[in-house]
Amino acid sequence: MSDVKSKRPLSPHLTIYRFKATMTMSILHRITGSALYFGTILVVWWLAAAASGPDAYASARSFFGNFFIQIILIAYSWALIHHALGGIRHLIWDTGHGLSKETSTRFAQATIAGSLVLTVLLWLGIWLFA
Amino acid sequence: MKDMRTPLSRVRGMGAGHGGTEHFWQQRLTAIANLVLITIYLFVVVSLATGEYGSVREAFANPIVGVGAALVIISACVHMRLGMQTIIEDYIHGPLKWVLAIGNIFFACLIAGVGLYAIIKMSFGG
Repeated sequence: MSDVKSKRPLSPHLTIYRFKATMTMSILHRITGSALYFGTILVVWWLAAAASGPDAYASARSFFGNFFIQIILIAYSWALIHHALGGIRHLIWDTGHGLSKETSTRFAQATIAGSLVLTVLLWLGIWLFA
Repeated sequence: MKDMRTPLSRVRGMGAGHGGTEHFWQQRLTAIANLVLITIYLFVVVSLATGEYGSVREAFANPIVGVGAALVIISACVHMRLGMQTIIEDYIHGPLKWVLAIGNIFFACLIAGVGLYAIIKMSFGG
């Protein structure tokens, strides 16, 4: 049935709605999930380089030390933290709690604020103590 | 009219979809595992990533670090395969859906395979 292409009307989709905190976090949960998906290439590359030997690890280390790659890593860590906080939100919803309009909006605001604060704290910690 | 379903089919209660709540349940199970494991390994990787080759190999030679890292790879790859499958099913229709659905499984298995190989190699000091 997936090949059916008819002119039947479709239900309204993203383009018709005004953006709300909850829907933005829902979309960001998918985008960050996709980013984490493809970013695993970097993770296993680092692991494989460390397993291959000193030379491979040295080239991986200089690659990850690059300024632009560092920015990607900051974005990647934000995606990880945002997706984790969004996941906690979903686990709370699974218990049947926090589904009201007010609470879910507060959850959405806490997710974006929390992810930004934790990402800043993480990288401050890396730059101060590493 | 006589019920055409077999007694086993009726007991399983899966209907025509042949599947129940495995996708939902495994997504939640691996989500909880990821919350615990990846939080720990975020700090492990941060403490090692700026370090020398020797300290990385020394850390992964530790069985606790090795087993934990392998569990991270397995849990994360199961989770991301399920998540990407949902995204593909939601947005991609027609024959391309099947190409991407199969590619998604291959990608998750490839990441898991390379990751686990690297961890096992470092654990046994190859």
